[in-house]
Amino acid sequence: MNQGVAITGMGMISAIGNNVAENYASLISGKTGISKIRHIRTVHENETMVAEVPMTNGDLETVLGLGPDTLSRTPLLGIIAVKEALDQAGIKDILAYRTGLISGTTVGGMDKAEQYFYDYYESDAHWNHINGLHAGDSTQKIAEAIGLSKSFVTTISTACSSAANAIMLGARMIKSGELDRVIVGGSDSLSKFTINGFKTLMILSDTYNTPFDENRKGLNLGEAAAFLILESDEIVSKQNKKVLAYVKGYGNANDAFHQTASSEHGDGAVLAMEKALKVAGIPPSQVDYINAHGTATPNNDLSEGRAILRVFKDKIPEFSSTKPFTGHTLAVAAGVEAIYSVLSIQNNVIYPNLNFKTPMSEFNLVPETQLKNKEINTVLSNSFGFGGNCSTLIFTKEG
Amino acid sequence: MKKEVYINSIGSVSVQKTFNNSEFLNEIVDYEGISVKAVDPNYKEYIPPAAARRMAKGIKMSAVSSQNAMKEAGLENVDAIIVGTGLGCLGDSEKFVRDLLDNDEQYLTPTKFIQSSHNTVAGSIALDMGCKGYNFTYVHSNISFESSLWDAKLQLANNEAENILVGAVDEVVDHHVITHQFIEHIKKEPVSMRDVLNSGTKGIVFGEGSHFFVLSNKRQQSTYSKLLDMGIYNTLSNDEVSETIRHFVEKNGVSIKDLDGVILGNNGDLEHDTIYHELGTSLFLEIPQLVYKHLSGEYDTASGFAFWMANKIFKTGKVPEILRWNNVQIDRPKRLLLYNQYRGKNHSLVLLEKC
Repeated sequence: MNQGVAITGMGMISAIGNNVAENYASLISGKTGISKIRHIRTVHENETMVAEVPMTNGDLETVLGLGPDTLSRTPLLGIIAVKEALDQAGIKDILAYRTGLISGTTVGGMDKAEQYFYDYYESDAHWNHINGLHAGDSTQKIAEAIGLSKSFVTTISTACSSAANAIMLGARMIKSGELDRVIVGGSDSLSKFTINGFKTLMILSDTYNTPFDENRKGLNLGEAAAFLILESDEIVSKQNKKVLAYVKGYGNANDAFHQTASSEHGDGAVLAMEKALKVAGIPPSQVDYINAHGTATPNNDLSEGRAILRVFKDKIPEFSSTKPFTGHTLAVAAGVEAIYSVLSIQNNVIYPNLNFKTPMSEFNLVPETQLKNKEINTVLSNSFGFGGNCSTLIFTKEG
Repeated sequence: MKKEVYINSIGSVSVQKTFNNSEFLNEIVDYEGISVKAVDPNYKEYIPPAAARRMAKGIKMSAVSSQNAMKEAGLENVDAIIVGTGLGCLGDSEKFVRDLLDNDEQYLTPTKFIQSSHNTVAGSIALDMGCKGYNFTYVHSNISFESSLWDAKLQLANNEAENILVGAVDEVVDHHVITHQFIEHIKKEPVSMRDVLNSGTKGIVFGEGSHFFVLSNKRQQSTYSKLLDMGIYNTLSNDEVSETIRHFVEKNGVSIKDLDGVILGNNGDLEHDTIYHELGTSLFLEIPQLVYKHLSGEYDTASGFAFWMANKIFKTGKVPEILRWNNVQIDRPKRLLLYNQYRGKNHSLVLLEKC
């Protein structure tokens, strides 16, 4: 009943690396990806810092062998990450088994939609992007790039918990035998749309974000793509595949408190963590590390901190937020952090919560601030989003 | 042991007057255009006027259709809310981008950005209902609604939930319509409701709507039908479609001729309706063929209208003449297949049986 679902491949691109190995190297050497904004021209460039993938669209298109201005940045990043994940899983014939693709995104092709919004009326030069605004179009572009046809391909958009829900759905589909293997994760590019949207909510930091710190000033937006390959036990045993870790538990709940803010005591977050523990069939005491959502907004960290206290009571496992490395990558956050969770299990390491100085006045919660080596068997990862969406995933070394 | 999945209630706001569950296309709304808006119910009966003012159209329509579905199911709350939407509350996204560009990123306010989040409808229903359960939003073009149904079916069959509110919503937005006219996805010339399916021109007439249903693994007085099976395929080549449908139907222990009818997604696009026309003269030649997109308009979640319509047909035992595409007699149908695709992509199959 509490059988985990095998993870056999991972791929990613973020501000701290163009693949999983580069991301890990940055994590253990404390190298942040946050800087002044470089690729997007915005009037807010001096008031905010972001975590951009260093490669330009042109760079990405060159790597992928695509012509200029073919795709929006969301599928470009996504294709890079999915290809790496398939390579690691040793998948050559994508149609050999019932294979699905489930991606999370919030912006889809918004980067091109905002860029050419008025140009579309002037000339046909960029009409190839008109239909790209569909979130689902970015996922279909990824499917086409890997030759996935006649298959279950869908897209989830639950704001900043999207990739967690993609991983959750994928695990449920494998468990119930609807798919043999599934590519799960998400892709989101930075856009003026999101920069300005978060600006109106007044939760952007003008400096490096500081999760769980008393003086935190908000979040840094980021961009990334991150995908994992989940496979059925049958394929794993038949092909004698190396399993990187397992998706052991998952929980989704709604805070039902406010469209954008989290409830003061983190009701939704508590429910999501409790459900995930129940699905995993483990007590809270078995969690070795929490990769927190920890966006460094005043509201999230207070709500999440209280929720962690409610679930773990007086035995709080080591926890940290990796947002000071990657920024908040919105729909992809849970995908990025799922991979970091697996790397934590594989390498028995806890990542530092950079930039933390002063504990919050509301409670006595102190994140790990130094890289720490410790036997890690179980990691719990949180992701929360607009619309009250709260999701928790649990990863384990053993199935 | 897998549980059966029932459709226990319906609610709809669309281009037709579908918001009153006691009627079934009693009066048809005619139109002539390239896009067509939903018939507004009296929103005041569902939403406090102060709240309604800043509310996106998608949220408003969904407040009505979801409340109607909840009321008919006799429920105050559900275990999960799952919504499909191709583009979410696109009107607000479009306005936010326009304001951003026109005012050089100054003087923006958060409401339009918040309502631009694709999951804003699922979130606002949860908020109104106080539903802390599972909450998902699927945004995959014209299988957004089918993905939601799939997820609900998975949970109900595995007994992970008992009642799930499943919905589909999309809005008409001018910028979207005009830009899609440029690329001939939307018709260049206005066409009337009566002519659209035989227009002989490229593109579709764009519509909007919101359709909600309570799905459950418990049958009750209000139950309409049983969801037997579903299929979702991101692509199928034209010569794979017929065989894929036949295989899907046969794996459910029935043959094509056992179907009492098929509801097809013809939308009047010269280039892409050929798939339906070919099926209509081969695989489905001898069974009743029904169509609906001349009534609903085409949009990512228009198949929600077909799902609503199938359930109305089961409940009333009637098939309004305007839905019939061929002349094969249809009488008190018990088993209907829904087949949809858009521009040759995202094919979906839904098999329903009357309860």
